Amino acid sequence: MEARLEGPSASHWLGTDNFGRDLWARIAFGSRISLTIALTSIAAALGIGTLVGLASGYFGGLLDHLLMRIVDLFLAFPPFVLALALVAVLGPGVSSVVIALTAIYWTEYARLVRAITLSESRRDYVTAARSLGATHANLLFRQILPRAFGPLAVVATLGIGTAIVAESGLSFLGFGVEPPAPTWGWTLAYGMRYLRSHMWLSTAPGLAILVTVLGFNLFGDGLRDRLDPRGLVRTTR
Amino acid sequence: MELALAALVIGVAVGGILGVVSALKKGSLVDLAVMIFAQVGVSVPVFWLGILLTALFAVHWGLFPAVGRGSLAHLFLPALTLGLGLAAVASRLVRASLIETLHEDYVRGARARGLPDWRVTAHALRNALLPVMSVLGVRFGALLGGSVLTESVFGWPGLGSLAVTAISQRDFPLVQGIVLVFASMFLLLHLAVDLAYGVLDPRIRVEAGGGPSAAN
Repeated sequence: MEARLEGPSASHWLGTDNFGRDLWARIAFGSRISLTIALTSIAAALGIGTLVGLASGYFGGLLDHLLMRIVDLFLAFPPFVLALALVAVLGPGVSSVVIALTAIYWTEYARLVRAITLSESRRDYVTAARSLGATHANLLFRQILPRAFGPLAVVATLGIGTAIVAESGLSFLGFGVEPPAPTWGWTLAYGMRYLRSHMWLSTAPGLAILVTVLGFNLFGDGLRDRLDPRGLVRTTR
Repeated sequence: MELALAALVIGVAVGGILGVVSALKKGSLVDLAVMIFAQVGVSVPVFWLGILLTALFAVHWGLFPAVGRGSLAHLFLPALTLGLGLAAVASRLVRASLIETLHEDYVRGARARGLPDWRVTAHALRNALLPVMSVLGVRFGALLGGSVLTESVFGWPGLGSLAVTAISQRDFPLVQGIVLVFASMFLLLHLAVDLAYGVLDPRIRVEAGGGPSAAN
């Protein structure tokens, strides 16, 4: 408790906050929370979205209609507002943030996979496999799904960046993971109280978010150039 | 609401200009600078940008008020915060779309007839704006979400900060109402975007008593 609100030094690289807690250590631990939440929710969104998209695009008909109306329902809300409302209902905590983020991101994958499935299932190689007696499961997962891997990898990588921003936004407002946990968003919001005297306290966590998200975005753009030459993934962010 | 609209204006204006400039000067240093701005702009968390701008413009230089609502000066920082992210997205889209459009035959035709460069660009831009608009319409949702964060950074008394208060007081009917209003605004904007297509591109105008005159 002696070392309160210190500037950066050799023992505390980024200085300390008003409780004498090392800012660098808080940011380093915060990365666990942010990355865990972002990776888990994107993985869940990817899984759910892929299954829905495959089913919708492959079987078509009433099922397609039903699933796409559910997607539309989710798309009717501004994403962050929907996440905020869900966290408000579910209460704070890691799992509710994951659920909220999954809920706002799965539609993107569902629509992408559906579009790819629709165009691929009319191709000759699928007809050929079907005439050889391939089962639905074989056609879906062995023939069609691999064609979606490239675009999915691109969207998912870019999605991780977006999810990190959304997670830190929720915890910035105080609705994410509860405060003693050193989330980037809350550390930043807390540092705002010392904006006049200790700007660093809110600058450093923000810089951590920026660098991480920038990294995922650049990686995603690089993947797009390599894996998505047909431009299936549009530049939406 | 004026906050989101002001941000939309800033985002479209700044993003549009940067996008056109970098598309015309493709491969130059200006282009590189715009692309770096765009890449950082899409990655930066809006609330942090707000804090940085407050620290610089309000605390350090004392140019604009840091919190509250009232004059145009109050509007400047929050609108800039919210608008810059949109400008980043818009500049990338405009650049990509305009570069593509400038390769079209009619652009070459216009050049061949000796039209000045700015007229050619103006022709191409009108067509280049179509895909940009459809994405910006979707991005308006992000703008509404961002307004929740921006409002709480700048103590702006709007729907967003009302939502935050409602959630922290667990006032669920109010939360429901706010979410409903947000969703309605979002959907209305989508409708506006769809209608604007017809204005920009006569080929997809809806005929009286019938469906769209052409699919694309």
